Amino acid sequence: MSSASLNVEIRRIRDLAPGIREFSLSRTDGDDFPIYSGGSHIVLSLPLSDRPHRNPYSLLGDPTDRKTWRVAVRKQEDSRGGSRWLHEQAREGMRIDISAPVNLFSLNRLGRRHILVAGGIGITPILSQARELARLGADFEVHYAYRAPEYGVFVDELEALAPGRIHHYVQSRREQIEFSSLLAGRPLGTHFYICGPGGMVAASMNAGKALGWPESHLHSEQFLAPTGGEPFDVQLTLSGKAFTVPSDLSLLEAIEQQGVDAPYLCRGGACGQCELEVVDASGELIHHDLYLSAEERASGKKIMPCVSRLKGGCLTLNL
Amino acid sequence: MTIAFKPDETFRGTYTYRNSPQAIKRFPFPFHQDQYMYSVNMEPHTKGPEGSVFENAFDIDEHYIAEMRDRAITLERDPGRCVSLPHMMDAEWDTLELIMESLSRDYPELFTLTKDGERWHWVNKPLGIDQTFTFGDAATLPCPPFEYIGRQCQGDFVIMDQRDNNLFADSGMITSQADWSLMFDAGMSFMEWHGPVPLAHELGVFDRALKYLLMLQQSRPVRRLNWTMTINPRLDTSPETYPEWGPDRASVTPDNVGDKVHLRVELQALFRLPRSNGMLFSIRGYLASMNDLATHPRWAKRFHRVLSTLPNELAEYKGLVRYKPTTIEWLSKFDDGEVLPGGTQP
Ligand code: HEM
Ligand code: FES
Repeated sequence: MSSASLNVEIRRIRDLAPGIREFSLSRTDGDDFPIYSGGSHIVLSLPLSDRPHRNPYSLLGDPTDRKTWRVAVRKQEDSRGGSRWLHEQAREGMRIDISAPVNLFSLNRLGRRHILVAGGIGITPILSQARELARLGADFEVHYAYRAPEYGVFVDELEALAPGRIHHYVQSRREQIEFSSLLAGRPLGTHFYICGPGGMVAASMNAGKALGWPESHLHSEQFLAPTGGEPFDVQLTLSGKAFTVPSDLSLLEAIEQQGVDAPYLCRGGACGQCELEVVDASGELIHHDLYLSAEERASGKKIMPCVSRLKGGCLTLNL
Repeated sequence: MTIAFKPDETFRGTYTYRNSPQAIKRFPFPFHQDQYMYSVNMEPHTKGPEGSVFENAFDIDEHYIAEMRDRAITLERDPGRCVSLPHMMDAEWDTLELIMESLSRDYPELFTLTKDGERWHWVNKPLGIDQTFTFGDAATLPCPPFEYIGRQCQGDFVIMDQRDNNLFADSGMITSQADWSLMFDAGMSFMEWHGPVPLAHELGVFDRALKYLLMLQQSRPVRRLNWTMTINPRLDTSPETYPEWGPDRASVTPDNVGDKVHLRVELQALFRLPRSNGMLFSIRGYLASMNDLATHPRWAKRFHRVLSTLPNELAEYKGLVRYKPTTIEWLSKFDDGEVLPGGTQP
């Protein structure tokens, strides 16, 4: 997991609107950033006091700019601290680790027309998708809803990309996207993409389904499930080791760090090689693998340490 | 490292292909155990030991020049072996970039790439190619980017588009396949093109493999080995040319097994592509004759056991039924029954 991480410096912080900040990042080793596709996100590892916090943010800049990556963050008062740290503690010149880009919100390249919808800070992946569609010369339109005129961040960038194809909906002016009319009567081969608050996404999906849209043509932003989790204790019966799995390591990585030889192949929960026998678990087994059957999971006797962990308590393994 | 190329080898007609002792030593023998069954045998495609076929992202060996000539012959006879749908253009450039960057980094004495913005200069010394072009502008290359680089890299290639939670084989450069047809599979999804494979679907192999691949990340490629057998060192064993090689299966006799029967191993690697979010699937084939294998007694013993216990469904699917008994009989001379520890080492 850490092999693909990049160390970056926060080069510039811009306040775009109340509670919305943009961060420009550049690599500390001076190399070029990798290329990414529209809709990609990265995971920032933020050095909060108790433990590193991993937050995903969409890349919003120009993928051909290999020196600078940009993300925009809205301060979430009720968050566990990641966005608050970025708003209150982050300073230009600080260094953090980020992951390689991942895209779970990619464009369908066979789409004949693309309708992009952003609500508030949801504009970030939509912006990179619009940029890609503009580059490809594809047929698209953007519908952008925000609270009040000053919250329409990136409108200039968007307008420059697709003049005349950006539709604004300003809540303070009582403007709202009507999904049932937006999605009605669209020709076959149209794809719909949305990133915004949960209620808005759900309303659009319901409207699309009610109008008979195939689910494969309705896309909403997805982030990679976090790899880490809460720390937990482990005891190995055969080697006699006892240790704690920290939040940012997998169980398999933690076992390897103890110098214990554990089998593995794919390191992604698919091959079955790493299966270990659970002797005892004083906590809930959190299975993330693709390998164990429902019965095997229910038995509580097996775990795939490359991706799965324990929630609270101590895990005793026959290893 | 210098590679002593064998530019005049042939993979058809005279079949003068031969492995040097070093090539045999680095052959990716795939059997860890005395039995074989399909599994999700995928692992990170990380840099392997120096000199091994896993050392570099794309392995170039002594057969490079000859294989590229054989590919050119096949493409000349049947241009349909290179297919690419229009929406794959970004993925084509992704592939060209990945291969050029990897080869020039891993084999600087053979390949160089210099970039001045989008203006790229590519030199392929073994094939005598010197090309300046504009990245992203297909008109500046003699042929489309995927075909261009595919003609210069050992191994077959499929590029998949990822959509609808599935992978679609929307581009391919396939001139050395184990009896499957690109023309037939182009545009199909992961489960569709794997349709003919026996037993693996029931074992859930393809379900798990697909889910794993959909999450494949940039700069973290994965690999697996696959294998079959080929009579004569022939690369083009496609359904389209079956009449040219199919009958050879009946030509195996106890006297010619050592020369004629080859174990064919595919080192398959999968790379997430950055611009297109597509996926490159490279299928790098290696051929070792039974005589080659027998120079490493552990391999001959192990392969004897794998073939003897191979489930019928697999033998039929791989097309080995005809010459399997003769080959097992030939290999049995080398198998004293010694208990072999796990592992693939020679
Ligand atoms: C994603 C890229 C892949 C492509 C384009 C691909 C393509 C193919 C094709 C064309 C065949 C021949 C099917 C036929 O007989 O018509 C095949 C066979 C097979 N594939 Fe894949 N494959 C891919 C990935 C995988 C993966 C990840 C696995 C992992 C388990 C896998 C396992 C197999 C197996 C077990 C066979 C049967 C091979 C034999 O017995 O000779 N494939 N594949
Ligand atoms: S290493 Fe493959 S399932 Fe864990």
